[in-house]
Amino acid sequence: MAWYLVKRLLQLIPVFLGATLLVYFLVFMTPGDPLDALCGDKGCTPGVAAALTKQYHLDDPFFMQYFHYIGNLLTGDLGVNFSGREVSSVLADAFPATIRLAIIALIFEAIFGITFGLYAGLKKGGWFDSTVLVLSLVVIAVPIFVLGFVMQYFVGVKWGLAKPTVSGAADWSDLILPGIVLGLVSFAQVLRLTRTAVSENASADYVRTATAKGLTRGRVVRVHILRNSMIPVATFLGMDLGALMGGAIVTEGIFNVPGIGNQLYKALTLGDAPMVVSVVSVMVIIFCVANLVVDLLYAWLDPRIRYA
Amino acid sequence: MRLSRISKTLGIAAVASLSLTACGGGGSDEAADGSAVITADSVEPQNPLVPTNTTETGGGVVIQQIFNGLVTYDSEGKTQNDLAESIESKDKQTWTIKIKPDMKFTNGEAITAQSFVDSWNYGAAAKNAQGAASFFEPIEGYETVSAEGSTEDKMSGLKAVDDTTFTVKLVAPQSDFEQRLGYTAFAPMPSSAFKDMKAFGENPVGYGPYKMAKEGAWQHNSAIDLVKNDDYKGPEEAKNGGITFKLYQNPDTAYQDLISNNLDVLQQVPTGALGNYKSDLGDRYSDKPYAGIQTLAVPEYQDNWKGEAGKLRRQALSMAIDRQEITKVIFNETRSPATDFTAPTIEGYDENLPNSENTKFNKDKAKELWDKAEKIQPYDKSQTLTIAFNADAGGHKKWVDAVANQIKNNLGIEVEGKSYSTFKELRSEAKAGKLTGATRSGWQADYPSMYNFMGPTFTKGAASNDSRYDNPKFEDTLNSGLEAKTTEDGVKKFQEADSMLLEDLPSIPLWYNQANTAWSENVSGVDTGWDGVPEYYKVEKTKS
Repeated sequence: MAWYLVKRLLQLIPVFLGATLLVYFLVFMTPGDPLDALCGDKGCTPGVAAALTKQYHLDDPFFMQYFHYIGNLLTGDLGVNFSGREVSSVLADAFPATIRLAIIALIFEAIFGITFGLYAGLKKGGWFDSTVLVLSLVVIAVPIFVLGFVMQYFVGVKWGLAKPTVSGAADWSDLILPGIVLGLVSFAQVLRLTRTAVSENASADYVRTATAKGLTRGRVVRVHILRNSMIPVATFLGMDLGALMGGAIVTEGIFNVPGIGNQLYKALTLGDAPMVVSVVSVMVIIFCVANLVVDLLYAWLDPRIRYA
Repeated sequence: MRLSRISKTLGIAAVASLSLTACGGGGSDEAADGSAVITADSVEPQNPLVPTNTTETGGGVVIQQIFNGLVTYDSEGKTQNDLAESIESKDKQTWTIKIKPDMKFTNGEAITAQSFVDSWNYGAAAKNAQGAASFFEPIEGYETVSAEGSTEDKMSGLKAVDDTTFTVKLVAPQSDFEQRLGYTAFAPMPSSAFKDMKAFGENPVGYGPYKMAKEGAWQHNSAIDLVKNDDYKGPEEAKNGGITFKLYQNPDTAYQDLISNNLDVLQQVPTGALGNYKSDLGDRYSDKPYAGIQTLAVPEYQDNWKGEAGKLRRQALSMAIDRQEITKVIFNETRSPATDFTAPTIEGYDENLPNSENTKFNKDKAKELWDKAEKIQPYDKSQTLTIAFNADAGGHKKWVDAVANQIKNNLGIEVEGKSYSTFKELRSEAKAGKLTGATRSGWQADYPSMYNFMGPTFTKGAASNDSRYDNPKFEDTLNSGLEAKTTEDGVKKFQEADSMLLEDLPSIPLWYNQANTAWSENVSGVDTGWDGVPEYYKVEKTKS
């Protein structure tokens, strides 16, 4: 088990290097000169342009730039972004809000997705099942920015149940509405996954055996049906944490969450490679760790799974 | 004397008691609370808040509140003295500037002539890489300090004579130099700035109607807190206790906050809400033209648009565009059709300049001009005319498509929009002279002068001259406008230059910008400045 963990953590190193190299290269290759983004609408004078080029190493060849970045990274220095701010302090400012947002979304989709999915799966073909199936299909089909604006308008502006936008600090309570919006699509997917798995397992032999043994319905559902149905759902949730953080950009924009999505978008349009790579790297690490946790969960959910 | 002093005292007492009553009646709707903080929208500034390095709107709007310079502009764009006691010049080339004595930055440091000299030198020097460096171009010695790799940082044309007087020697006479001085790049910075500009940019200290509320008042990506500067003595004294700029990522979000009264003043109603803002807001909005124009630059370096034939074709393009229809249908009349290269709020603007008929929709004349050009040089049909725009901001696609369709229908040539995913991509191609057709272009004035609309965009080698327009006669006229002894004479020359552009059409004027400012139920007195930015200092909070 410990060896397995070490092995998995060591795997992070090549994944990290590969991801940074690839992303840096992609940003480097985007058309247009970052200098033009820096100078804005009205342009810079040649003297200023030259000074900026030197400051951000813009005329160095790709590998020089990349090694410069990685070299600094190893000494713990992420450099400065095109706004002249320390990348590390931008990340420290923006990531907590996005992480809070993603956690709310994850909790929402896990609790409601699994509960509804379980109920629908047990009463397959019933009115609840049919309604939920249709509704979840609608949620999956509607783009997230439409969902976001509709929820913002009704919940925030019309009914005044929540603030339509997030205030400066992006507290947990502020993030409930955006978190739900962010989690809606995944909620529908979790629901459908759970429903399918539950309805399959409900007619499995071991469930019939358990019922025949005289176990209570509650125990059969919890231990024999639900637990066995959780493997695909856990896999999905683990992957989704990364997707939620990367995909939060639209939701963050609608509700004005001062999170990482907006930083990433701005850095991309500017061609600010060090900033983009730093954000992506942190996401890669979170993604890998989440997957590791999911893999460890498998063993708990299904004791037949062993690690080597 | 004695009596007047008493009456003055009485007056003050009366005013004080009035305002006390006003405070006492906090619950009532009409009473304005002078200490209440208003909220306004902005975007995260791109750079640290340094006046000489800020040319974009997010930082610009904040800098405007906390950095005032020698002069300010009133709502109509007229200059009025702020820190300046007098700005004088006989020949418009050597200027003597006297500043008011005993003025102080908000950290208590005295504002002296040296503060100005140091700030301007800092802004101009290439080694400091300041975005607004080009504003110091007219000053003697700029060429040396701004050269690539230059380590010099003192312009020979700037001299502090004593604590309150300094002289500025320009390379050539500039009749509108005084008008330029209200631009934020010319605001003074205290000496602490030059010791550590990075730290200064996070917690800037200046002189203006407002100041930063405290250390760290700039909460990145979420808000910037300003409070009233009680020591401000200029013409823009604040009628509220401060401004909190909420930083939005998305203009539609700001609009949602406005209609639910979570935001007091909105600079610009977003495109998405232009159709319904009047019904949403009742009378809580104002539509006012400001000093900005949208154009379509058609670079002359392309074979189809060269020489005499190219000129005729550009005139044909211009007449094939029905600006009235587009501003009505697409912009809901929140833009107005352009008939020149400046803007209606600028002194000297004239909607009927000679050649302005080139901006009027005239299908038949357009076709006629096009045919005339065909006889000189046939149009290469293998080159589809493209209209370049960047898709990462601004919702340009809609009007670009409309313009393309009109040209296609009225002239019978192939036209299509060409979308660039980012602004920098479009800029790079425009700068390198690689555009394959027209490009969206435009100008937003830095200071209220006709020259500012033409100098930086249509003179040879200028950074924003996307059409690569090069006309010595036009530049001579512009320069003689600058050298004019009086502003009126200058304006006449500028109009002449404007009219030359209307004949050559290096770019095609489309429409003037309009500020659609909106406000919540909690404030009153919102007015929009000549530059389209609300005059926050006038806003009064009536409810909280």
